[in-house]
Amino acid sequence: MTEPVPAPAPFEGAVDVAVLGGGNAGLCAALTARQSGASVIVIEGAPKEFRGGNSRHTRNLRSMHDRPTDLLVDAYTEDEFLTDLLRVTGGCTNETLARRVVRDSADCPAWIRAFGARLQPPLKGTLHLDRTNVFFLGGGKALMNSYYAAAERLGVRVLYDAGVEGLEIQDGCFKCVRVRMNGRLWSIAARAVVLAAGGFESNLEWLREIWGAAADNFIVRGTPYNTGKVLSLMLDHGAQPVGDPTQFHCVAIDARAPKFDGGIVTRLDCVSLGIVVNRDGERFYDEGEDFWPKRYAIWGRLVAQQPDQIAYSIVDAKARGLFMPSVFPPIDAHSIRELADRLRLSADTLERTVTAFNRAVQPGHFDHAVLDDCRTHGVSPEKTHWARTLDTPPFWAYPLRPGVTFTYLGLKVDERARVWMSNGHPAVNILAAGEIMAGNILGQGYVAGVGMTIGTVFGRIAGAEAARHAVG
Amino acid sequence: MLSADRLRQDSGESRQSDAKAELLRRGEHVMTVCNACRYCEAYCPVFQAMENRTAFATGDMLYLANLCHNCGECLYACQYAPPHEFGINVPRVMAEIRASSYEEYCWPGFMSSAFRRNGVAASLLLAVASMLFLWPFVQSWAITGDFYGVIPHDAMVGVFGLVGLFVVVALAIGVKRAWRSYIAPTYIVSAFRRTDGPAKAGTDGPAKAGRYVRAVQDALTLRHLHASGADCTSDIEQRSPWRRWFHHCTYYGFLLCFASTSIAAIYHVVFGWRAPYAYSSAPVVLGTLGGLGLMAGPLGLLALRHRRDPQMTDPAQRGLDESFIVMLCMTSVTGLLLLGLRERPAMPALLIVHLGFVLGLFLTLPYGKFVHGLYRMAALLRFSAEAHR
Repeated sequence: MTEPVPAPAPFEGAVDVAVLGGGNAGLCAALTARQSGASVIVIEGAPKEFRGGNSRHTRNLRSMHDRPTDLLVDAYTEDEFLTDLLRVTGGCTNETLARRVVRDSADCPAWIRAFGARLQPPLKGTLHLDRTNVFFLGGGKALMNSYYAAAERLGVRVLYDAGVEGLEIQDGCFKCVRVRMNGRLWSIAARAVVLAAGGFESNLEWLREIWGAAADNFIVRGTPYNTGKVLSLMLDHGAQPVGDPTQFHCVAIDARAPKFDGGIVTRLDCVSLGIVVNRDGERFYDEGEDFWPKRYAIWGRLVAQQPDQIAYSIVDAKARGLFMPSVFPPIDAHSIRELADRLRLSADTLERTVTAFNRAVQPGHFDHAVLDDCRTHGVSPEKTHWARTLDTPPFWAYPLRPGVTFTYLGLKVDERARVWMSNGHPAVNILAAGEIMAGNILGQGYVAGVGMTIGTVFGRIAGAEAARHAVG
Repeated sequence: MLSADRLRQDSGESRQSDAKAELLRRGEHVMTVCNACRYCEAYCPVFQAMENRTAFATGDMLYLANLCHNCGECLYACQYAPPHEFGINVPRVMAEIRASSYEEYCWPGFMSSAFRRNGVAASLLLAVASMLFLWPFVQSWAITGDFYGVIPHDAMVGVFGLVGLFVVVALAIGVKRAWRSYIAPTYIVSAFRRTDGPAKAGTDGPAKAGRYVRAVQDALTLRHLHASGADCTSDIEQRSPWRRWFHHCTYYGFLLCFASTSIAAIYHVVFGWRAPYAYSSAPVVLGTLGGLGLMAGPLGLLALRHRRDPQMTDPAQRGLDESFIVMLCMTSVTGLLLLGLRERPAMPALLIVHLGFVLGLFLTLPYGKFVHGLYRMAALLRFSAEAHR
């Protein structure tokens, strides 16, 4: 390892607060700390073009409100938000922290706008979120651009392409961070540090340690820069972990997506309109079990459990126009046998699967907007809603793979965002925000926009706490 | 790993070698990615029109390209912008398709590329040629303040009338070609005609006309340059109203100059009032205001162009964009000079120079950025028709 060299001009003098990670949580922490009078440096692992971590792929934030706002209809109360969190996590949450996130979410839209970022009501096609989620005009990257511009105006220093290589911590007290930049190792000292460097979902080696060869078939939906380096350094330093170290949130996405950073356009939403078969041409789960949010969340896992981690969603011409267009064209064919050939599946098996499914379809009134009465009878597994025969060519298929969104393993924190060490005490000047601590609140599951809420709320808490420690 | 190239190959389109087809395919690729993302939906009509489509044929791309105002909001907001492997750059590809559409509609066709690369030089050359052409018409170099004393009224009307006629014909043919290619008559005509019965006809008519009034208002106020409330961006996170204001100066300056000339013609033909007109007269006041607008506007636009993010613009169209700006500016500069020095010895020479620029401006109208006014207006009308279908 190269010997650390003293920092050159860009970071001369003592920095009050170092923020590791330049995504939503990191920027919220940096802006808050700077506004509290601290000098702040943000150390971002990605080059400038790809700054912002997974936040650059997001589009909304969940926010409670007791009455209609200029962006959100009706009310979404503290209790309702909390109930939603308890439901999706199956109670696997720190309720104190969860309540804090929910309460502070009310103020998030106004806070975001104060930095020149623009919000809008839900996008078309996401009207089910019009009560709960505010959307970023132009998406998460536009939000990040606003934050970075505000940071520059306020005098926050930002280092890009700067990978953290080491942390110096003595008796729970952060001293300095070692950063590789321009091929050299720099040492940056700070009075307090905010860890906001995300999870480890883009660390393929780490995923392989847990999931074996199957991990090679996973696709990472977001940034390739969430390597979990800061997380693992902290665990090595004796920070208390939280969340299941083997688990990640994953959805079924188009198998043709790039390995990293494919984002929103690789999602597929036609599972419920047809059947899904695995490599062997067999169905393996009820495609009509539930609506989008739940369906979306379970199918990644289902595909991950199939041989070779691949599956194929097959619809016929009746489904055309009923789902969001995918960025990849469907693989089409005029017969099931031809489709099987194009998918390199056994034509006999696929034909048998489709015939058995078609025969089991019961008459009903198809309505994709409700849990309708179109179901199968006498096939395993049954399809319990939206079951219609696959008989109208052209047939369309989309290959599916598990797309990893984020990992659940994180650092245990308290309500002041302080990281807890294995000696049972909080670290003196080490705060955490965003995905690296989201496991405290999201032990499992996910609900749209809550990642950005956690990042914003805890980013602000961590920034304020860091500034308080650094400048009093 | 799938790259953008692979993505395009997979779309199964037959491979065409020519550059225009490749450009349209690039546009189709961009819109396919955008349509699966839709984060930019609230920025401008391009994305709203896109969402009404699942495929992007040539006519769709030409329409969307002529709706795009090249502001850049969507480029900076894009998670797939270069260097991402999808390489999404909406303003750039739209600018290229737009320029290619201007060439396609242009009449006569061989003029289409004349102004593309060296538009400014070509236009200036044409202005000088026009001056030389006008020279033989000079009947007197006496300084009387009377322009018609230098070049007789009939000669002026004859020359400008013929050029004007040519320009109108060339523009009309261009609009007709655009109409066939993307304005899709069915949209606009049907929106006016379609009525569900006599009872509704009375109320539907005005409502339908109203939406076209709205499209015209949008064009006149440049609403889409501040469509999402704030001004459009001029660079990343730098919003600025100047592009809009300089465009207003240019557009309304042009209109005022046109009004000035028209009123002067009426004075001359109808009332027999001969120029020169007093400094307080309508033609002089309107012409002066218009001339100032036509000077400030183009100069401002030219300055802004040089500060624009090069990612967003197509360097191949520099001539197309800048020749019109330069000719407008030179027309107003020489016009104002002529007004100020109309009692001085330089007047006859200045008159020839000014008229040369006006003639050159007229002749280049169908081959420069002027046409964007027609094609964009057409796209806005279609957008209004679609939005209410």
